[in-house]
Amino acid sequence: MKALLGLLRKEVYHILRDRRTLVVIILLPVVQVVIFGYAIRTDVEHVRLAIVDPAPDATTLAIRNRFEAAGVFRTVAVLPRMDGLEPLFERGAAQGAVVFEPGLAEKLARGLPAQILIVSDATEPNTGSIVQAYAAAVVQQYSRELGAPRRAGIRIVPTVRMRFNPTRQSSNLFVPGLMAFVLTIISSLMTAISLTREKETGTMEALLVSPLRPWQIIVGKVTPYLVVGFVSVIGVILEARLIFHVPLRGSVALLLFEGLLFILVSLSLGILISARTSSQRVAMMGALIGTMLPTMLLSGFIFPLESMPAPLRAISYVVPARWFVLVARGIMLKGIGLAYLWPATLVLIAMALLLLTASTRSFHERLES
Amino acid sequence: MNEAPAIVVRDLTRKFGGFTAVDRITFEVHAGEVFGFLGANGAGKTTAIRMLTALLAPTSGQAMVAGHDVYREAEQIKCDIGYMSQRFSLYEDLTVRENIRLYGGIYDLTDRQIHDRTTRMLAQLGLEHAADQFVRAIPLGWRQKLAFSVALLHEPKIVFLDEPTSGVDPITRRQFWELIYEAAARGTTVLVTTHYLDEAEYCDRISIMVAGRIAAIGTPGELKKKFDASSIDEIFVRLARPAAASEARK
Amino acid sequence: MRRILFLARAEVLHVVRDRATLAQVLIVPIVQLLILSNAATFRILNTPTYVVDFDRTSASRGLVTRFAASGHFQVTGQSASLDLANEALLRGDVTMVLTIPRQFEASLVRTGVAPIELSVNAEKGSAAGIVQSYASSIVATYASELSPATEPVPIRDVPRIDVRMRSWYNATLNYKHYMVPGILVALVTLIGTLLTAQNIAREKELGTLEQLNVTPITRGQFIAAKLLPFWALGLINLAIGLLVARLVFGVPVRGSVLLLFGSAALYLVVALAIGLWISTLVETQQQAMFVTFFIMNVYLLMSGLFTPIDSMAPWVQVVSQLNPVRHFVTIARAILIKGAGLAEIARPLMILAVYGAVMLTLAVRQYSKRTA
Repeated sequence: MKALLGLLRKEVYHILRDRRTLVVIILLPVVQVVIFGYAIRTDVEHVRLAIVDPAPDATTLAIRNRFEAAGVFRTVAVLPRMDGLEPLFERGAAQGAVVFEPGLAEKLARGLPAQILIVSDATEPNTGSIVQAYAAAVVQQYSRELGAPRRAGIRIVPTVRMRFNPTRQSSNLFVPGLMAFVLTIISSLMTAISLTREKETGTMEALLVSPLRPWQIIVGKVTPYLVVGFVSVIGVILEARLIFHVPLRGSVALLLFEGLLFILVSLSLGILISARTSSQRVAMMGALIGTMLPTMLLSGFIFPLESMPAPLRAISYVVPARWFVLVARGIMLKGIGLAYLWPATLVLIAMALLLLTASTRSFHERLES
Repeated sequence: MNEAPAIVVRDLTRKFGGFTAVDRITFEVHAGEVFGFLGANGAGKTTAIRMLTALLAPTSGQAMVAGHDVYREAEQIKCDIGYMSQRFSLYEDLTVRENIRLYGGIYDLTDRQIHDRTTRMLAQLGLEHAADQFVRAIPLGWRQKLAFSVALLHEPKIVFLDEPTSGVDPITRRQFWELIYEAAARGTTVLVTTHYLDEAEYCDRISIMVAGRIAAIGTPGELKKKFDASSIDEIFVRLARPAAASEARK
Repeated sequence: MRRILFLARAEVLHVVRDRATLAQVLIVPIVQLLILSNAATFRILNTPTYVVDFDRTSASRGLVTRFAASGHFQVTGQSASLDLANEALLRGDVTMVLTIPRQFEASLVRTGVAPIELSVNAEKGSAAGIVQSYASSIVATYASELSPATEPVPIRDVPRIDVRMRSWYNATLNYKHYMVPGILVALVTLIGTLLTAQNIAREKELGTLEQLNVTPITRGQFIAAKLLPFWALGLINLAIGLLVARLVFGVPVRGSVLLLFGSAALYLVVALAIGLWISTLVETQQQAMFVTFFIMNVYLLMSGLFTPIDSMAPWVQVVSQLNPVRHFVTIARAILIKGAGLAEIARPLMILAVYGAVMLTLAVRQYSKRTA
């Protein structure tokens, strides 16, 4: 036990003496959350619209005004013919277009159905659909006002309630996910720094031949970084609240606990990778190429897990960040507690135990071989 | 043999922050001689060599290497010199032949020249059998000799050897010095640093560096006479001791 | 020129000899492309839905059937308890709750109007909007189906505007067509940056860089020789990836392949020059890794690769102009999906050209054969 305390003290000295690394470790997550919190959004707010109006008349001008007034659209070009549209779309200068047919007002005056074509750049299907929906809403609104809605048909009026995120702000969605992503990265960095130092200076061998038991070495390595990681957790939560105004509807204590648990899992994963691989280069290459994109894509942080095919959803179960994203969103947005989150919490605990045991064993093997 | 000196150094100085690694050293190396640079670890030998090979900018002083100024004509110097550093510097994941080919190409040798010199070098080293082995697979002693030969591949006027024999067994060291003599016999000027004092006896002239300065310079015979010592070892200990003592006082 | 070839040849040998790296460089990206492209979708299919039907009439059951048959919704739970529904929503089992009140049918028959309630889990911002629009259109369609076949409205009475919609370039709204080129660019960039960023740092650690520094090789030749092999490797990676994209994912290739590879050739110079610049800045491979880590995050998350540039905060949009990935992702998508020609991609291409020149100059200048 005394040996363990000695090791702990040594690790704390390492961390405290290397101020620059400490600052990087604590600040990096905070900085990344700010930058990417402003970057990762899917709100469609300013749509660049092209208008094709071969023969402007009172009606087309009125509808064009409606688009200007809608707030979402910005007219970037008014063209007389449709063939000018394609280059605009290809350059990305326009995202959507409203195409009027000639003599629109006249047709309407004669009571004939007039046609308006709405074109969207569906290269990115999500934005494409949203642009279409917005544009259609503007035209339909105008159309409704034209003739009094005296339709004899049946109407079902849906009341829509947007639960948990009434304003549908994407920062509320992405910031909790971003926290998980950034914390994973920082944790793996920390273990990499710590273990590389031991390996480079050859002190790892000294530790291995010391009377310290492998689990004690692991505890000694993990504990101080857990503390540093926890400071990062507090930092990013404060940031989410103060800068991005993400609600925190659930228990703060629970969120902190889950954050700590998640850091532990990430640290253990880092230790396991470092203990298993012979060269740091291979380890880090593997970590970067092998984990960065999968964590980004399979944690549900950006893309909804429900939309993925079943095999990929199955793979996502082994991505620790997936569970923390679930937990963080649950606590912050839905305000739910352990009653709902116990399965995810259990998975994280199981992962931590499994990874720690595995690293202890791989230290054993190094001792014996 | 060319009469102009191969290397002329005047008051060459290099400071790292407040620490003066090389302190106003002045010496000349004649064309075709084997010049030994002796000194303890940290005496400034490597710093001096790195300035003369234009790897490190001097703080002050002058130096001409093969008739070129180290400040302004670094790239011309590089055509005329060969260098073998302390750290082993061939690519371990390339074969012997591939390493030779690489440096041959960098020094603008023709394919014909590369081919001929490779054959000759391998024969001289007795490495024909290992030509297509990876460098990491051949023993350290052979590797050092190979590195030396590669440094001479483009037939430079001057070759700088920084502790070429450290960590090598005595027999290989012997063989290594034979290679140095062969190069000198072909007219190459050799500047070699070492902390093996017995090797000093192999040099035409030596300089002993202590704490960044040249404490003594001359032929081994002259120095022994001047200091009235029976071996270079004895002179070295005598010169190095006051420095060590003052170092301890700090 | 000849020197560059000799050094580049040695560089190729380093890569080929290192089996572990070679596998990471050639196989892992293709595997990731195959797997991850399926993950990157905002498409909403089979939204799990909970139905609370208090009415239990043929009208209410008809509405539920329409939802289930639409392909957009999947009824995963049904009861007459709002609490159970709420619980399912909280647990995350369902994304939407459809509540049909009592007297739904009666009200329709009597007044022709009846309310329903849709509670959408808006945790996932824009997805919720799309779910809502799907739901609304199903409800509207159902309502018009229920409407008695009225005599055609007298033409003169109601002026009508027919809105037709067209989705250009991706009529089937297939996310893979959009994502595969992007992920491919990301992978090629990741590998190129990683290999170059480590490269010079590694030679510094090994001591071989010093050996090169005493040779008469010029700084430009050195950087060129370091760039060339990875540039070729990047193009090969891209070609393989593109083949996979075409054959496996059916990604359209509407524009000129030549133009695409021409742009890629230019882009890779930028990406690799940045990698080499990092490598000349740092002292150890580990530092190179950390910097690469950070830069890759910026590359991926601020490039419009996953989330649209247009949605980013204004200042981020400005900063992202500095991100070469942004420009090449734009180019790749424009050529492949939209069939854009040189004129349409001229702007990002120009930016990349200037960027490449600047970065190459920086890398060459930063690399010094002599320590100051």
